[in-house]
Order: sequence, then structure tokens, then C-alpha cells
Amino acid sequence: MTGPLTPDDVSRRAFLETVAKTGGTSFLFGSLFVNTALLRLPQDEAKASAKARRETEIGKGVIYGFVVDTTKCIGCGSCVRACRAENGVPDGYNRTWVEQYTFYPDGEVVVNSPNGGENGFAEPPAPRNEPTVVDQAPVRGFFVPKLCNHCIDTPCIQVCPVGASYKTDEGVVLVDHERCVGCAYCVQACPFGSRYLDPVKLTADKCTWCYHRVTKGLLPACVASCPAEARIFGNVSDPSSTISHILATNRVQVLKSYLGTRPRTRYIGLDSEVI
Amino acid sequence: MHHFITEGYVLPNQQHIYWTTMIVLYPYITGIVAGAFIISSLHHVFDKDELKPVSRFAMVMAFAFLLFATLPLLNHLGHPERALNIMFTPNATSAMAGFGFIYSTYLFILAVEIWLVYRTDIVHLYEHTKYPALKPVYWALALGVLDISEEAKKLDHKVMIFLASIGIPAACGLHGYVGFIFGAIKANPWWASPLMPVIFLLSAIVSGVAMVLICYLIIQWINGREIDGACVHALIETAWYFLIIDVTLELLELINHAYMANEDWAILKELVATKLFISFFVIQILLGSVLPFLAMGTVVVFKQRVPAAVRNVIGVVSGVLLLAQVGAMRWNVVMGGQMFSKSLRGFLNFQVDINGREGLIAGIVIFAMPFAVIFVFSRLLPLWGAVDTFPKAWMKKQPPERQPLRGWSKFSS
Repeated sequence: MTGPLTPDDVSRRAFLETVAKTGGTSFLFGSLFVNTALLRLPQDEAKASAKARRETEIGKGVIYGFVVDTTKCIGCGSCVRACRAENGVPDGYNRTWVEQYTFYPDGEVVVNSPNGGENGFAEPPAPRNEPTVVDQAPVRGFFVPKLCNHCIDTPCIQVCPVGASYKTDEGVVLVDHERCVGCAYCVQACPFGSRYLDPVKLTADKCTWCYHRVTKGLLPACVASCPAEARIFGNVSDPSSTISHILATNRVQVLKSYLGTRPRTRYIGLDSEVI
Repeated sequence: MHHFITEGYVLPNQQHIYWTTMIVLYPYITGIVAGAFIISSLHHVFDKDELKPVSRFAMVMAFAFLLFATLPLLNHLGHPERALNIMFTPNATSAMAGFGFIYSTYLFILAVEIWLVYRTDIVHLYEHTKYPALKPVYWALALGVLDISEEAKKLDHKVMIFLASIGIPAACGLHGYVGFIFGAIKANPWWASPLMPVIFLLSAIVSGVAMVLICYLIIQWINGREIDGACVHALIETAWYFLIIDVTLELLELINHAYMANEDWAILKELVATKLFISFFVIQILLGSVLPFLAMGTVVVFKQRVPAAVRNVIGVVSGVLLLAQVGAMRWNVVMGGQMFSKSLRGFLNFQVDINGREGLIAGIVIFAMPFAVIFVFSRLLPLWGAVDTFPKAWMKKQPPERQPLRGWSKFSS
């Protein structure tokens, strides 16, 4: 093979040259083409159709919403227990939790959520033994239930490398456990700590607004179990629904609005100390 | 994932650290790839002749580390068996989804480039190796292409230079991209920064140059071979320049956080002052940046007036410190970003696991694998130069004298 060049050798060289020159770039662009054109995910289609429907037939399709009235929460933890029982949430992880905020006279704010508030908050916030503060008893306090915000522009779906996180037509953010690779990028990307990596399934998991219940006309477990009506769930595109009425007659806020994720979970009576 | 001791209020789902040793190791390995590749390109594309003694080695090192760059990720994934979903059903909006494509494109470029650089030598060894058992191995390595006529060599060289040229943006892309994975996460104030890709890229180059420098000096010492002073000087100079820009931007990042003093600064301040004090101020800045800056600066400024032995010792010591600097930087970014809660009110105390799937030992084993590949490579093909540097006892016939081809300009003349 070291003799003089034959036409075959020359053409093979030319071929190799062409392959080497065009291989890398065509692979890159080819991949992009495959990515964008051929392998559109089912949820992409679902997203596009849901968007079209919202734009043209607003009010006809079901769009779920969630309101947390922090002024009503009594910190009993029923919602956390109900959620764990309903969804089999593993110990040490929470799809919903309750935070207790306690304000002291010197301006210090103490937040806690023992076991996610699962067992309630039996002990009243303790006075502090600091001699510099005249009156160490707390001056103010409240509870804030938290759960997935089911954001409209949600960073968790944005970052999922394999398209395992998706949004349903009703605006609910879900995880496809058959597709998730368990990289936990979505866990990092969620600004609210709503996601976790399930230690058994080894996939990302989160609050589903009890999608399996609400699509059958039931309420999410946390809403159904709340004795104080601090949690309101319903169809926000139906003007006659309770949640629509509440949203029409209250001033509501969302968590970390500056991040622009546009949460669908909204709060009544949110304090500026709640992050 | 473990339950860690927490301080203050940590959100319930954040009482676990999801990214640990493996995710620190992954950017560390890809960084060495990018840096080593830049060194080989400085010779192949930019005609920096002083780096010729290490240019082939740097390329092989880049390749060896690149082969294992995905291993920490696969070891970390909850479902590694689904890893290829990232290429089969990539989500166009995910920063991470580009990884499979960027990685495989770069691996392809690098593999073909190495093949072209080594093809002539492979053919020579195929024909003249003293070990008949290796003949089919060399034939396979040559992919059966045994033509080493002048025309063929010129074409090889032309394509190789072309690949080296597109390899530079590809290497920058690979590592800048790794930084983007962190920098684009708005949920984490310690990560979210457009500077992140730039810092990752620059520190990548620092670590790659440092690794080539250390390996060159140590391997030459062990084998009792002569050390090329100009080469060591050029490596030290390159590492020094990149270190300066790198550390300037790393500090700028922190100063910017402090000066803007957004709502997250209160917790970030405490993070660097307590949890990251040793790994940031002591290792990353003092030992890893200030010391090598001064030591290598002496070599850069005083040039030949620094005795060769002193220069070489400075090279090895600074190289080790630079590797520690970059390792600490990866640690501080990846782990630092998970040591405080998104409640901005609490911390986690992270302890490195020694054993376990994502433990320290697993990390060391993965990090050692590229060196095993380099060793095997060095038994089959010459690591430091052309085939004439290969042990003569391993060949029946010595290779002919030849003029090495370099760069565009020298090729055309």
C-alpha cells in the first residue's frame, strides 16, 4: 500500500477530506434539525395546542388555579399529612409544607417548619433569653403553606434535558417518570424548593395539584383536608367558580415575582418577609 | 443524597444535597480537556514552536480526559440507562440538552485530529513493530489506511490543521457551555451570572495547562530525559496569563455581588465568610492564585536568569497549586451553591462521602482512568513527539529523518 497512488487512493483521500471538513458541522446542524423538526415531543404539541386554545377560547377550557389564604392557616399540618398519605411522599421530602414566621421586637424574624409542619406547631414560639432585648416575647406571627407554584413560565420545564417535565393543557406541571433521567437539574432550577429527587424512583418529583384527583372532579388532598379553608383550588377560566370569585375580590401576590416565573399558585396576605 | 445538619431555616426539600462529588469532578475533567487542547492548538495552529515538545502529549491528554468526561455524569444520574434520551428526545430549551451534541461533536473532531497526527507513525509501526501480535492493532488504529506517500501526508496535515482550528471554538464551546449550565440558573443567586461561562472557560485553560506542565516535568524527570527549557517557560507563561484573567474575573464576580448587595448578599456573604472560607479564601485565592501568581511571575519576568532547576520546581509546585485552585473553584461553585437554602435563611453542612457510588474514592478512580489510557497509549504510540522518539528497541527499522510540517504558512512554502 505504500506504492504509487492509484485513482482509488486519491478518491478515498478526497472522500476522507470531505468527510473531515463537513462531518463536524453537518453533525451539529443535523442534530439541531433532528431536535427541532423530527423529534417534537408530545408535550410540545400539547403546549402549542393549550396555548392556542387559551388564546382563542379563553373561558372554555379548564385552567386550574390555586390560592393560599395565609390569613386563615392555623398551622395544623393536616394538608402535609394528607398529601403524604395521598401521594406516598417519601419521608424527609415534601410536596407541600407549612412555614411558621415569628417576629421579635428587635426586628428578628425566625422561620421554621419542623418536618415540613407535618405534625403541626404544638409549642408556641419561645421567648428568647437575650438580656439586651427588653421584651423578648414575639410580637407577631403567622403560617404560610407552600407547594409547587405550577408556574406559567416555569424554569423546571425549561431546563429538563430530556423533556420529562411538562405542562398539561390545564396548566399543571408534571413529571414523566418513565422518561426522567434523574439529573436533578430541575431541582436546582426551581426557585421555590418545590422539587426533590425521589429516593426510591430516582426521578424528580413534585406536587401535582393531585392531578389524578382533580381530573376526576375531586379536590387536591391538601385542599380537601384543610379545616380552615386556607387553600382554594378550582378552574380559573370559569368565572362562576369559587376561585374566580376569590381572585376577583382579593389582592393577591405570588412568591419571588421578580424571577418572572409567573406562578399559578397565588397568595392572600403574603408578608414581605416570606421568600 | 443524605440528610445534612442544617442551620437556620432550610426548605424541606433542600435538606439534601443533590449534586455532589461527581458534579464537581465533571467540570474539572472537561476543563482539563479544554486547557490541554488549547496547548496543542497553540502549537499546531498558532505556530508556537516552543510548545512542540508537549503538543502531541497535550492532545492525547485532552482525548483521554474527554473519553471519561461523561462518566461522573452517568454515575450521578438516577437512571443512567436512560442517558441517551438526552440525544433522542432533547428538550430544545434546556441548557443541559446540548451536552450530548457538543460533547460528541468535540470527541469526533479530537479523535479524527489525533488519528491524522499519528497516522504516519501508526503505519510505520505497523510495518516495523518487533511484536507481531501488535500488527493487527496498528492496522486497526490506522483504520486500514496505510498510504503514507508525501501527498497523503500533506493532505493529512491540511485536514488536521483545519480540525485543530475548528477544535478551538469547539473546546471553548464545550467548557463555556459547562459554565452556562450553572450561570443560567436564576433560582440560585450564587450561580446566576453571565460571567460564569467565562470564568469556567478561563479556569479550564489554567487547569489544562497546569496538568500538561506537571506531567511533562515529572515524566521527563522519571525517565531521565532532558527538559526543554523554552517549552517549560512557554507553559508557565501561558498558565500565568490565563490565571491573571481568570482570578480577576472570579474576584470581580464576588465584588459585584458585594457591591450590588441585593437581597441575597446577606446569605452569600455569610456563605463565603464561613462555609467556604477555607476553600475560597485560603485554597482558591491565597494558595491557588496568589502564590502561583508570584512564583510563576518570577519566571515570566526574569526569564533565563532563573536557573533551570528553580524554574522546573516552580513549574511543578505552581502546577499543583493551580490544579488545587481550579478544583476549589469548581467545589465552591457547585457545592457552595447548594450549601445555602433558597429560603435565604439557612445553611447545610456538607460532608464528603468517602465510600459510596458518588464518594471520594469513586471520584479518584474516575480521575485516574484517563492516566491509565495515556499510559496504554504511550506503549503503543510515541507520546512526546514523532515516531523517531519512540524506543528504538520496539522497532525493527528506524523511521526516516523528516521535516515536521507546521502551521498554514509553513505548509504552503
